[in-house]
Amino acid sequence: MSESDAVLDRVFRTERARVLAALIRGLGDFELAEDALSEALATALGRWPTDGVPRDPAAWLVTVARRVAVDRIRRARVGEAKYEQVARAAGDQVSAVDELPDLLSDGLGRLGDDRLSLLFTCCHPALGRDAQVALTLQAVAGLTAAQIARAFLVGEATMAQRLVRAKRKIRDAGIRFAVPDDAALPDRLSGALAVIYLVFNEGYLATTGDRLLRPELAAEAIRLSKLLATLMPDEPEPLGLVALLLLQDSRRDTRTGPGGDLVLLEDQDRTRWDRAQIDEGLGLVETALRRGRPGPYQLQAAIAAVHASSPTAGDTDWPQIVALYDELIRRHPSPVVALNRAVAVAMVEGPQRGLELLAGIEGLEQYRLFHAALGDLLLRQDRTAEAVAAYRRARRLATNKAECRFLDGRLSALGE
Amino acid sequence: MRYMLLIYGCERPDAGTPAHAAKIAAVRAFTQQCEDDGVLLASDPLHSTETATTVRVRDGDTLMTDGPFAETAEQLGGYFILDCADLDEALQYAARCPMAAEGSVEVRPVLERKPAALQVSE
Repeated sequence: MSESDAVLDRVFRTERARVLAALIRGLGDFELAEDALSEALATALGRWPTDGVPRDPAAWLVTVARRVAVDRIRRARVGEAKYEQVARAAGDQVSAVDELPDLLSDGLGRLGDDRLSLLFTCCHPALGRDAQVALTLQAVAGLTAAQIARAFLVGEATMAQRLVRAKRKIRDAGIRFAVPDDAALPDRLSGALAVIYLVFNEGYLATTGDRLLRPELAAEAIRLSKLLATLMPDEPEPLGLVALLLLQDSRRDTRTGPGGDLVLLEDQDRTRWDRAQIDEGLGLVETALRRGRPGPYQLQAAIAAVHASSPTAGDTDWPQIVALYDELIRRHPSPVVALNRAVAVAMVEGPQRGLELLAGIEGLEQYRLFHAALGDLLLRQDRTAEAVAAYRRARRLATNKAECRFLDGRLSALGE
Repeated sequence: MRYMLLIYGCERPDAGTPAHAAKIAAVRAFTQQCEDDGVLLASDPLHSTETATTVRVRDGDTLMTDGPFAETAEQLGGYFILDCADLDEALQYAARCPMAAEGSVEVRPVLERKPAALQVSE
């Protein structure tokens, strides 16, 4: 790779989102901004080796991309004007062609940091969750449509269509390219956090497919969460999310055995947990919680921190985990949190109490992990026949192959 | 930008009942608010779908059907056209519209005759 190619590669990796965000801010159109940016990159590939690398490569790319975009708009306008001349000759009432907007004075010249606006626009609630996730991965994280399609096991054409539709809705429906105002911010922030967590979970606990782990998605989610935490330094929840992801990801190498089989938390080799990630995560949980505004991600991170700090499964401070779940359920009640709390309570007070709590949870009839937890608790009471029925139910609902194999193993160990 | 708020699936209390009066008052208050904010361009309730006639022309023949275009439970009952800065503002009005609490409000951007300045990528 020549020196200028290496610079371009580095600029593209580190500055792409900022350059794209600046272009979208100025042009108000995702597709146009992306097309103009790729043309600018092609120009850079051709010119930098002979002309030398510009002093501010990112600003250079924005300037060239902007010129490309202005050119396209102008050409489209000329086409339109011709069309309107024909229409006028035919006697139609038509309006005059707009003046070309003054793109040079609308902020494109100054390359600020609009990545936060970009992220919030991608996660706008008027877009479906699938579209939010795909758009965030493409526009903010820089993945290609093909990569995103592979990661989510959908066809490339389907994914490309999903992305185009989302970008056109942003443009045509007038979704503002901006950080939400104070009134809307809490809801919008929790939406953006949910998108990043969903990306991570799809990487960490893929719901379908052969592999349990898709490390590239988990790594992207960690990068996105760090970006959000950096861009919103006053908010503790993004920090909580970074901590949660780091602590969960620290166990990635031990979550599966040699054959790709699932290994439960209590059976994992804790010496192989990623110490650096744990230390970083533990530090961030503390920093976040010290702000005194706990939220769901900080509390989940605190729970993950208890596990990460236990040298062995037997050392786990379950009463502390129950206390954290109590706080979580008080602030953000949900059936899944209630399930996790019930499992933690069963570790402190025994399986009978856990079963009583499970019996009171509604809405998880189709959730595989509910039935797996039920099976575990029944088994601890030696109620084998009922445990088998529960595992079978979990097996029917499971779609990830590693989980299916795990449950098959459980069932065959019980003589099924 | 102009946005059309399409009101679907709302009950119409019988005239003269307290429920009817309350509903009229709520809708009037919302309409007045839109007016005061300077965003209201137009708004009307529609007669019920029992009064609808659907027209299709096929092969030069005009076909008329007694009834609405689609026989669904949630029917179009009225509309507002608002001039808002962006989708967020239009969505906020939709959420404040009293009919959003019982039926559904679909928010559609109006396709302006002059294409948006940047609609050139196709």
